[in-house]
Amino acid sequence: MSQSLQAVTGQEYKYGFVTDIESDSVAAGLSEDTIRFISLKKGEPEWLLAWRLKAYRHWLTMTEPAWADVHYERPDFQKIVYYSAPKPKVAKYASMDEVDPELKRTFEKLGVPLNEQAALAGVAVDVVFDSVSVATTYKAKLAEVGIIFCSFSEAVREHPELVKKYLGSVVPFSDNFYAALNSAVFTDGSFVFIPKGVTCPMDLSTYFRINNKDSGQFERTLIVAEEGASVSYLEGCTAPQFDTNQLHAAVVELVALDDASIKYSTVQNWYAGDKNGLGGIFNFVTKRGLCKGRNSKISWTQVETGSAITWKYPSCVLIGDGSIGEFYSVALTNHKQQADTGTKMIHIGRNTKSTIISKGISAGESSNSYRGLVKVMPKADGARNFSQCDSMLIGANCSANTFPYLEVQNRTAKVEHEATTSKIGEEQLFYFQQRGIPSEEAISMIINGFCKDVFRELPMEFAVEATKLLSLKLEGSVG
Amino acid sequence: MLSIRNLTAEVNGKEVLRGINLEVKAGEVHAIMGPNGSGKSTLGKVIAGHPAYMVTGGEIRYEGKDLFELEADARARAGIFLGFQHPIEVPGVSNAQFLRLAYNKQAEANGREELDPLEFDDYIREKIAVVGMRPEFLDRSLNEGFSGGEKKRNEILQMAVLMPKLAILDELDSGLDVDALRIVGEAVNGMKSKDRAILLVTHYQRLLDHIPAERIHVLSGGRIVKTGGPELALEIEKNGYDWINAEVGA
Repeated sequence: MSQSLQAVTGQEYKYGFVTDIESDSVAAGLSEDTIRFISLKKGEPEWLLAWRLKAYRHWLTMTEPAWADVHYERPDFQKIVYYSAPKPKVAKYASMDEVDPELKRTFEKLGVPLNEQAALAGVAVDVVFDSVSVATTYKAKLAEVGIIFCSFSEAVREHPELVKKYLGSVVPFSDNFYAALNSAVFTDGSFVFIPKGVTCPMDLSTYFRINNKDSGQFERTLIVAEEGASVSYLEGCTAPQFDTNQLHAAVVELVALDDASIKYSTVQNWYAGDKNGLGGIFNFVTKRGLCKGRNSKISWTQVETGSAITWKYPSCVLIGDGSIGEFYSVALTNHKQQADTGTKMIHIGRNTKSTIISKGISAGESSNSYRGLVKVMPKADGARNFSQCDSMLIGANCSANTFPYLEVQNRTAKVEHEATTSKIGEEQLFYFQQRGIPSEEAISMIINGFCKDVFRELPMEFAVEATKLLSLKLEGSVG
Repeated sequence: MLSIRNLTAEVNGKEVLRGINLEVKAGEVHAIMGPNGSGKSTLGKVIAGHPAYMVTGGEIRYEGKDLFELEADARARAGIFLGFQHPIEVPGVSNAQFLRLAYNKQAEANGREELDPLEFDDYIREKIAVVGMRPEFLDRSLNEGFSGGEKKRNEILQMAVLMPKLAILDELDSGLDVDALRIVGEAVNGMKSKDRAILLVTHYQRLLDHIPAERIHVLSGGRIVKTGGPELALEIEKNGYDWINAEVGA
């Protein structure tokens, strides 16, 4: 075999193009001056600059983690451009019509529903384009019910008390190497605040896109749901094709108070490098949710298909009694991609529950690892966890690993772990072909079936997109 | 309908078919019998176009055309069906979903109308009755957790849905109890027609009690060493295969 199998998994990245927009960048390199420049450029208050500098000084004392099952050349942090903002051709946008047409074309190529489509789909899109938010829609409508959905910079200006209260409360700057770096140099991101008792009337959506060559992207997202509030947040990414590796080190913090629920869904399709593993995004992300209140719930759903290297563990810290953490993940790797991804569920409160459903798909020569920690603290009476980790191998040159870590310090806790490995090989494809189904469609059908438990957790339009994306990633030039 | 001449094939460098000659006409039911390792399952896979088997010589003509011109999926759409001895399990893909896609692929290739899920539901309900299955069966994942007998019934259900011109049924009786064998046998008999040929691949005569075959071919060492009428199968049941091997000096 398996020429057909290879052909199906050999398709190249579809979104490789660079948009030509003038950038307002700082010189490459990192120092306290760089951080002061960023803070000044953004007109930040003194306390935030002080926080950044503390993070930076702490970062200097740290070393890059080496425990993940990924191999790459360490980035040179002095070669990264830490700030670059697109220069708007007009000072302010009164409407979408005034947004840089070049920018709009980029989004059109990506199929981002920025304008009327967004309205029809009921999605408000906060677009992050090279570190600065360019357009925010539906703010007024959301404001009517007291919801704040804006860029991080704007939140710092308009709602400093909220930012100050929650920033770093879930992921402290000292948490890990990349979180510290992000805390020092983050340029923008999204901020969401859902006040007490409010159910957000629409899915909130952000499309991230890395556009400037050599510009590291350091996003910061903070979502707070007060007592009884609920929100569903969607994040989707694509990036243009480059030859130099790009570092992405985002931090996402979620806070859910009593009876609040946050659903965070990601479809990620960053440039993964070419067939030989050249180029591609390094995705080192810290995502964590704090179920602070009683009966609160945080649910992560992710479909990871891009990046040369993925290092990502969306986690839940279950403090409130009866709180619930969920993690649903599909991670697909192809060619020379490496992914080490999973979750952490930390049970602290009583009767806390967590569910982990992880589906890893490896094709080409890629390596795909699930790494998950379930930790039950001494006081977490009645804690429950169920984990299911399934791997699927396509072809014979890829690998899949599962690293479950279980630390249970309470006798009443129940922790279950199940794992399976299956493969799509010649026999599987032949069965489909023998029923008249071409191998491309067979793979697509098998993969979608394999991922069904995760896809049904995604909001409808995202599920459709995710299905297409996986097919696109694996389908190609057969026939 | 099917004409095989001097067919030789190998798998992993090992010669497994060493000059097969076989003629099957529309409306006929033939049985390929033989001891384990004789190449009888291989023959079915080569006709169906399994990529692991390399044809090294000879030809197969199907409806007068060179079969080697077609990929496995195109052969299937042209009406060749292989009922598998060991059907694969596919978690998350429902039986109904799979059957409908297979049906529509064939319909599309043959200029017939494709069916939407509702239309297909009507169509499939008639078919499942034929193999004695309940509708819940359709919602289950394809072959996942099916008993050996259920898998075989499912193969025959697929045959009933696709209505192939040439059906090759590989060890249909393995894993079936007597009642299931009777149901499956009746279903296959019900699909006999003057336009359809059936090739039964089996180790035992007992399948032929349920699905009578007019021609029996005994395969040994990758060749058809003896051909006869139904009495040949009965003789094999009584005396095994050794006497044939002795007779032909295989």
